[in-house]
Amino acid sequence: MADSDGRQVDSINHSTEEGVKLQEIVQAKCEGKELTREEKQRLRKEKKQHKKNKKDDRGPPEKEKEKEKASVPAPSKPATQSPAHKAAPVPVNASASESPVAAEKPAKSKAEQRAERRARQDTERASKQGKKEGGQLSASSKPKATPNELQPVVKRLPEHIQVDDPAALKKLAKKLERQQVPLRSDYGYKVSLFSHLHQYSRKNPPTQQISIPATVIHPSIVRLGLQYSQGIIAGSNARSVALLHAFKQVIRDYSTPPNEELSRDLVNKLSPYISFLSQCRPLSASMGNAIKYIKKEISNIPSQCKEEEAKRRLQECIDSYINEKIILASEAISKYAIEKISDGDVILVYGCSSLVNHILCEAFEKQRKFRVIVVDSRPRLEGKEALRRLVKKGIRCTYVLISALSYILPEVSKVFLGAHALLANGYVMSRVGTSQIALVAKAFNVPVLVCCETYKFCERVQTDSFVSNELDDPDDLIVTRNGKTHLENWQTVKSLGLLNLVYDVTPPDFVDLVITDLGMIPCTSVPVVLRVKNVDQ
Amino acid sequence: MMFCCESCCSFVLQVFGMELQAVLMAAGGGSRMMDLTYNTPKPLLPVGNRPLIWYPLNLLERVGFEEVIVITTKEVQKALSTDQRLKTDVKMRLDVVCIQEETDMGTADALRHIQQKIKTDILVVSCDLITDVALHEVVDLFRAHNATLSMLMSKVHEFTDTVPGQKGKKKAGEQRDFVGVDVTGKRLLFMANEADLEEGLVFRKSIMRKHPRMLIKTGLLDAHLYCLKRSVVDFLVHNKSVTSIRGELVPYLVRKQFSKFLNTKNATEDTEKNQKQQDAHHNLELLSTSKEEALLQLARERSCWNDHRGDMSEAYHGGKLRCYVHIMEEGMCYRVNTLAAYIEANRVVPKLFEDPPIHPTAVVTERSLVGSDSIIGPYCQISDKTSIKRSNVGTSSTIKEKVKITNSIIMNGVTIEEGCNIQGSVICNNAVIGRGADMKYCLVGSGQCIEPEAERTNEVIVGSDQLMEI
Repeated sequence: MADSDGRQVDSINHSTEEGVKLQEIVQAKCEGKELTREEKQRLRKEKKQHKKNKKDDRGPPEKEKEKEKASVPAPSKPATQSPAHKAAPVPVNASASESPVAAEKPAKSKAEQRAERRARQDTERASKQGKKEGGQLSASSKPKATPNELQPVVKRLPEHIQVDDPAALKKLAKKLERQQVPLRSDYGYKVSLFSHLHQYSRKNPPTQQISIPATVIHPSIVRLGLQYSQGIIAGSNARSVALLHAFKQVIRDYSTPPNEELSRDLVNKLSPYISFLSQCRPLSASMGNAIKYIKKEISNIPSQCKEEEAKRRLQECIDSYINEKIILASEAISKYAIEKISDGDVILVYGCSSLVNHILCEAFEKQRKFRVIVVDSRPRLEGKEALRRLVKKGIRCTYVLISALSYILPEVSKVFLGAHALLANGYVMSRVGTSQIALVAKAFNVPVLVCCETYKFCERVQTDSFVSNELDDPDDLIVTRNGKTHLENWQTVKSLGLLNLVYDVTPPDFVDLVITDLGMIPCTSVPVVLRVKNVDQ
Repeated sequence: MMFCCESCCSFVLQVFGMELQAVLMAAGGGSRMMDLTYNTPKPLLPVGNRPLIWYPLNLLERVGFEEVIVITTKEVQKALSTDQRLKTDVKMRLDVVCIQEETDMGTADALRHIQQKIKTDILVVSCDLITDVALHEVVDLFRAHNATLSMLMSKVHEFTDTVPGQKGKKKAGEQRDFVGVDVTGKRLLFMANEADLEEGLVFRKSIMRKHPRMLIKTGLLDAHLYCLKRSVVDFLVHNKSVTSIRGELVPYLVRKQFSKFLNTKNATEDTEKNQKQQDAHHNLELLSTSKEEALLQLARERSCWNDHRGDMSEAYHGGKLRCYVHIMEEGMCYRVNTLAAYIEANRVVPKLFEDPPIHPTAVVTERSLVGSDSIIGPYCQISDKTSIKRSNVGTSSTIKEKVKITNSIIMNGVTIEEGCNIQGSVICNNAVIGRGADMKYCLVGSGQCIEPEAERTNEVIVGSDQLMEI
């Protein structure tokens, strides 16, 4: 097809060789459009072929495509939209910028084919003159433009919600092997709606294949991963604080290898640790934001900074992050929330949210008169821990299970909920059962207030609890009463699946107010906060 | 205390501080099987044709250790550098610390002795441990709960084989160990040996208040494998009265979990000067810099986890000292410190390896019968019409014609003349059994000679010099 195109171009160019520049350019544009369409089709076919043939080269070629994308937009736009005057220099520019791009793909067969095609075109061109070369080169620069146009449509999904795709699994396995992080295998039968998520068992700890003493992964990270997987550190704030503490120890023990820069090498060192932690338990939104912050801080270390100085600076950054975003934020949120608690209130809380507990304890200290109803649910029964902390403080509490929710709600005047993350479309992601509480509260016209620090705001958009969630160990649902364990051999029953969800999303219609350290905002203002945060950074 | 020599090697500090250092205690005498060990040090006793010390070294190497500190005697150190099996099979770097045999050094004393070398938490292993435990189970408890002590125990196997030299039924049992664990079976609450108790088990009320449900187990074998925090070693340095890890240190740590002053004292208040003046107990609370502790404390406060339910205290009841135990339900775990254990270990161990049962350098004639569950060591010579069943024959042993060996352990360099019949016996290094001898359930000590046509049943034959030692 290229040949025929080329010849077409040649013939047309021949005929208009003596024509006005404008005419040429117009025709070049038309040819360009035709070529792009045909080139598009050809590229699609090529892509399908290559995907079938070469799976191994997927990694590097993607990177190369990204490189192409970066370098191509500059030449492609001028090439297609150039006004008359710039037509001549622009194709030359395109060709100039295109040759390094071409040079980046020497080993790929696709590139080899292109090179052959180009060689063929060159030989044809060799018999013709100057401007046709420009036309040819701009024509061949357009195929590079088209992948740019095609690519943005496909967004890459994170691997941790693609477990039922064997290709994604293989990619993950290869990545972990490269980083020397052991792969944790899934356990048990997964309910079909959630088969795209990982499901691990606590009886197969992630440390099975890690050497003792841990050498590849820093010991404090191994300890942290164990504590995550066993649930010793649970709760969004606790996990983030523990993560930053472990990073502080990693930074303390880090020493820059020769010929490396701290700002680049340390970030590379952190990647296998993060992979290991996500194998132990999928990362939370707050942890993700903390990691982004750390990586940014590390990359911003100037290269002339000495190692000791850099390490000290990073430790200070981490301390100030925790202080600002977690400790001071909870102080600010308590202050706002206490305004909303009046004497004689009956407050309903669900599960154990460190922030809500803190608010209630502070309010009690400030002599507010209220009582609390703690709603709890199996299998985690976190409400018992919340109950213990509140009662220890001296607050009057009632404890019910979530099945008694509609019975107890007529007594309730306010509902305070904690959040795991606030999504960009205003949905609240929290412990499973929260959306139920919000729904029933709405039906009873009880105000629902969600308390959440701003560092938990995340750019993700979700409207249901299926796409991105976490599956906990299904054996947690097994209970022994009176010496009998009915679900003991649940794996042998083929049609039985145990589902232990961890999170769910609550739509913003059920949430009346979100109390953050920036103030009290409605749920729909979350994207504004995110925008402001990004501008700040 | 004099130490003779120390093969010194500088520590290679990796990019980050090491997590655990391994310490192998190989200086023990084997006091409960003197018949076997009066000439051969216990770490070098052959089990399945490998020296006993090879097994813990192999365990450590398999899980990923690269260095081990070995505390042992001069003789064993020589063997470590000359023995073929040890030199070639063990790829880790061995930092051998010698101690004099005459000094009666307990295991805790030995730790105090190498205190300079210890930079991080340690894993102490005894040289007579043969096990296939997944070591990460023990170490995970140590890591996850930030424990001070984590140890390994196993269900005791009854030894069914007849032990040479034992007259009559076995005694009701040695002094029993009482081990108390909590409901999860992981937290160690109580440990006492029958010998220390006068009338009955005594429990402190504070333990019962914190852990109302406790499971008391007897019939557990302590594998003598301990993960200890670095601060425990510092504590040992300050308290020179503690001599044995198992006998004194472990029960002390278990008791101190529930001690009153540990829970109330704040570690950050202790300065270095105070620690030297204060009571020994407080040293156990040596923790890292206060700032990092503050972060860990914050994480724990914000976490909604508790290790127990039903009372008003926080996780771990606020205690800073925690002891954990991993009890092996299945799998192999032997401590070769008695003759019965030695025989049992020899029986079980050959199944572990994929080594060919007959070593390639052994000369086994065609007309001999070597059973599939027997192993023959290197450079042996087995002659015609010899039948060897369920037995282990050590290095360089010579077995002449028409010998019948069943259920026995023949160590290295043994010569057995024609026509012998050996059943259920242990023949130690360099012994000579004369022709036509009939040995049933006997133990022939090192270098002994049995006269021809001898008939011995259930006897321990050792040299007169050994008798004098006792």
